[in-house]
Amino acid sequence: MTPGSYVVEVIVENKPLARDPEGETIHLNLILKGGYNQVTGVRAGKLLRMNVEAESPEEARVIVRKLSDDLRIYNPAAHTIQVRVIG
Amino acid sequence: MGKVAVIQYPGSNCDLDALEILRDVVKVRTDLVWHKDLARDDYDAYVLPGGFSYGDYLRAGAIAATSPSLRIVKDAAEGGKPVLGICNGFQILVEAGLLPGAVLRNTTLRFVCTWTMLRVETTRTPFTSEAEKGELLSIPIAHNEGRYYLDKERIPELEGNEQIVFRYVNEKKETTEDANPNGSIDSIAGICNRDGNVMGLMPHPERASLPVLSPNNRTGGRVIFNSMTRTLHGPRA
Repeated sequence: MTPGSYVVEVIVENKPLARDPEGETIHLNLILKGGYNQVTGVRAGKLLRMNVEAESPEEARVIVRKLSDDLRIYNPAAHTIQVRVIG
Repeated sequence: MGKVAVIQYPGSNCDLDALEILRDVVKVRTDLVWHKDLARDDYDAYVLPGGFSYGDYLRAGAIAATSPSLRIVKDAAEGGKPVLGICNGFQILVEAGLLPGAVLRNTTLRFVCTWTMLRVETTRTPFTSEAEKGELLSIPIAHNEGRYYLDKERIPELEGNEQIVFRYVNEKKETTEDANPNGSIDSIAGICNRDGNVMGLMPHPERASLPVLSPNNRTGGRVIFNSMTRTLHGPRA
């Protein structure tokens, strides 16, 4: 719980039911073709890494979660997000 | 006599084509307006043109959707004025929440530039009132993010409200996987809001409105601008 600068990541992915052609292509045409049959699925997404000044890691996460909703960092009609503090 | 604004964003294209069709072909007074200069709802209709506003960064249309011009457009739309979004303009209207759903990357993962056949699904909008239900329009597309998406369970609601305006079809007017150029759910090429006065579509009608600019003199897009003009000029005498 120390004030400081935190690194927060936002991962934007298509909703599970929305097709992700990039992930499918990487899976079929690269990973399976390369012989890694243990991999049963791939989803591609977008990663935003933000440096955030906050009182605590939790506050940093809340700020980023709020801005993601307010400024539509993702489109809730088609995407899901994960927000996580990594350092 | 109504007056139309074609709103220009950094990265817009075909804005001048839309301007030319409106001014010189369907003869409606039209201004090209830089998005930051749109301070008041001084127009009777708005056109958001195609292009790659703000480099399509974050998502196509996502940053332009935060332009203050969208507040003006939203007010105008709530007042019942016609608002047309073409390609990137459609993406902007979706991102601004004026139209439901999302427009995602093509399933082919390629930029697609080709002629498509569209079936008119409703004539209740100010942009299709001069067309006939079921009519085929040949209009080109040019996009990388054109896959219309809405949760499957919401499609019947969209259909029930007559919000699906155009579908991609083949020459027999059938929706098929081959006729769907980007993987849009239910072959949807264009939709409108509940009231019908806000419409967005991925195809570019302004590129199919002048015979001299189209292969085989195709002018399938002109009916959209004719309908809009007719709406602005009042009902037929």
